Amino acid sequence: MRLANTLKALPALAAVLAMTGAAQAQQAIQGYAHPWQLGLQDANGPSMEGIHWFHDGLLLPIITAITLFVLALLIYVMVKFNAKANPVPSRTTHNTLIEVVWTVVPILILVVIAIPSFRLLYLQRDIPAPDMTIKVIGNPSWNWTYEYPDLGLNEDGTAKVSFTAYLRDEARDLQTARDANVPYLLATDVPVVVPVGKIVKLIVTSDPDGIIHAWAMPALGTKIDAVPGRLNEEWFQARHEGVFYGQCSELCGKDHAYMPIELHVVSEADFAAWSEKVRTAGAEEARDYLFAMLKAKGQLVQN
Amino acid sequence: MAHATAAHDDHGHPTGWKRYVYSTNHKDIGTMYLWFAILSGIIGGILSIAMRMELQDPGIQYFHGFASMVYGTPADAALDAGKHMYNVFVTAHALLMIFFMVMPAMIGGFGNWFVPLMIGAPDMAFPRMNNISFWLLPPALGLLLISMFVEGPAGAHGVGGGWTLYPPLSTSGQPGPAMDFAILSIHIAGASSILGAINFITTIFNMRAPGMTLHKMPLFVWSVLVTVFLLLLSLPVLAGAITMLLTDRNFGTAFFVPSAGGDPILFQHLFWFFGHPEVYILILPAFGIVSQIVSTFSKKPVFGYLGMAYAMVAIGVVGFIVWAHHMYTVGMDADTQAYFVAATMIIAVPTGVKIFSWIATMWGGSIEFKPPMVWALGFIFLFVVGGVTGVVLANAGVDRALHDTYYVVAHFHYVLSLGAVFAIFAAWYFWFPKITGYMYNETVAHVHFWVTFVGVNLVFFPQHFLGLAGMPRRYIDYPEVYAGWNQVSSYGSYLAAVGVLIFLYGVITAYARKVPAADNPWGVGATTLEWTLSSPPPFHQFSTLPVIK
Repeated sequence: MRLANTLKALPALAAVLAMTGAAQAQQAIQGYAHPWQLGLQDANGPSMEGIHWFHDGLLLPIITAITLFVLALLIYVMVKFNAKANPVPSRTTHNTLIEVVWTVVPILILVVIAIPSFRLLYLQRDIPAPDMTIKVIGNPSWNWTYEYPDLGLNEDGTAKVSFTAYLRDEARDLQTARDANVPYLLATDVPVVVPVGKIVKLIVTSDPDGIIHAWAMPALGTKIDAVPGRLNEEWFQARHEGVFYGQCSELCGKDHAYMPIELHVVSEADFAAWSEKVRTAGAEEARDYLFAMLKAKGQLVQN
Repeated sequence: MAHATAAHDDHGHPTGWKRYVYSTNHKDIGTMYLWFAILSGIIGGILSIAMRMELQDPGIQYFHGFASMVYGTPADAALDAGKHMYNVFVTAHALLMIFFMVMPAMIGGFGNWFVPLMIGAPDMAFPRMNNISFWLLPPALGLLLISMFVEGPAGAHGVGGGWTLYPPLSTSGQPGPAMDFAILSIHIAGASSILGAINFITTIFNMRAPGMTLHKMPLFVWSVLVTVFLLLLSLPVLAGAITMLLTDRNFGTAFFVPSAGGDPILFQHLFWFFGHPEVYILILPAFGIVSQIVSTFSKKPVFGYLGMAYAMVAIGVVGFIVWAHHMYTVGMDADTQAYFVAATMIIAVPTGVKIFSWIATMWGGSIEFKPPMVWALGFIFLFVVGGVTGVVLANAGVDRALHDTYYVVAHFHYVLSLGAVFAIFAAWYFWFPKITGYMYNETVAHVHFWVTFVGVNLVFFPQHFLGLAGMPRRYIDYPEVYAGWNQVSSYGSYLAAVGVLIFLYGVITAYARKVPAADNPWGVGATTLEWTLSSPPPFHQFSTLPVIK
């Protein structure tokens, strides 16, 4: 686990990281947040690993230190220079040295932040040569359509494998979600399935007459708007198998909170088996087939 | 002309309702702005409490009921109506707080009252324009409130597109007239602000008392000067953008319609070219207010005066070239995002100069913890918390995880709800004796501070955790894992609401008890010109201009 190694390399920051919950990644990685979570979700792939390192390892320590430093200064002046302790105020209004210091030091801190910031940004936005491509379409009826052009094209050029994922009925209600052992507001009727370790490129858009949505998957560190009339690109490379959840992240009307994303990262063999099934029998049968297969191997607990 | 001589003696002050409706007096107009801001703030606050009630637990508890109650929606359609109504509350809360609470309080209220007093001017440069600036606001507020009760999307009421009004959600997504009402409301509020901006610029440039050079102006006047330049330069862009929305909606144009060659992202660029300066419009007067108060109660002149003034100018200038950091996820290429990362982070430098200069002003001072000072100290600390999370969000790479999550909500409420609003309360307790001539109960003001301080921190600090854990914003309902911190946040909002009641109690008792305030209740530290006048000041002041040495 690369993140775990990164953590070991930064022992000084371990306390901060433990506080933010990132250290959880050393156990099996979780596909979503947990109750009372304080920090970022577990990382699965380069973008989120970079975000973890950059946020937990650099930004959070810096901003915590700055805030505590200012707080300490405030407390100091309140104690030392209140009217009782210091009845006669000084008339000092200038000190060139200190003014230069508090201008230059922040600039240096910002440079320290900017260098890894740019590295992370270009990691995310320079899309590498993909192993496979999925087209994601945000629909005005608050659900997502997924097309797998790599699994074959029809004569008119449309993808043979194309399905729409809705919020699962059981996941619409707290009680039925608990009964069915599916996460409330997160489970979809059919999941997106990708192979582990492969570079997956997403082409993200919205229905031409629809509205803007955003396809977000916290564990992967991806978030990209689905804009009518535009093809946006995003990529990820999942390192861990498992079930991962995301939600629409651009206000899109009344059911904005009800268009989740359920992503299953599976082994290459399982993906091949699912691909065959989805091509021949459709998304729902492929889901049942995949879930049965994963459950048999003990890799899936939910229904 | 026959009445000119007679009118010259008593200036023919209108009385009763005419005093206010016909007012050309900067102090009366300022007072009306302040009451208007309190009214809007209460409405906007009630909306936010309703949202926090809904978010206290997962599932939909209240809004289907609200929809049935307010709109008479039948039970089977109430859930969908309620979901939309939540978005309407999100939208109206933002527009009310920005355009009808913070801006009227800081610029219209305290700006109108104290810019002329602080520069030694008898009134604003264009008193009649000042009148229309204020009186455009009530109809604008009326249009916004009406928009909540007319059809938005088919079968639902109000504008649920967020204050950002992104198309196509604000065009084809909500075809009913509610959006048109909201657009016209913003047009009118914008016109009001542009007229006000022209008035302030002219006043500050032309009506300073002899000897009051630009580099001797109090920092509050500097802050208003920078703010109104931002208003003047940014609001026309918003006006253009929402006019294009209006014509897209009603006259068949296609500026933002992709299927007809338009581009929805164009609106986002135009909106944020206004929107980013707008957030500085909300906070810059707070900087000025806090500078006055920190200096007054430390009994020391402001440390690094020129640096403070030009830091605000720098923040204003750079504020115009960072807009697309609100749009890191729209699919901009890496180089464009890299530019906006760099430009955005630069803002931290002049902002840091201000924070450290406030602390240096207190350093060596003789600080008295009067209510205005306590609120100003609260402002400084909370603004730092909001500022550093701004540095986090400036990084496009991390914003990938945090964009449109509660982390953003926490960030901008720390700088606005806790920053700007704390500065407004600081200014209120600072200038209330001057404005009314009455002294308030200082204990009540202190209790108001502590209840509010604890309350708002309980509301917004946990939202950082929710955002880091990935909870998207503008959600009426959320996965169960987010329930814990949402509950804390909601309890905090109830406490903050108690704070508002304490504030109102303090105001009412101050008016009821009529304890007279001294001309200068704050002692040797209060050196600006308004403290040389009586409390309250005469209807017209400085008929002989003061001379500043």
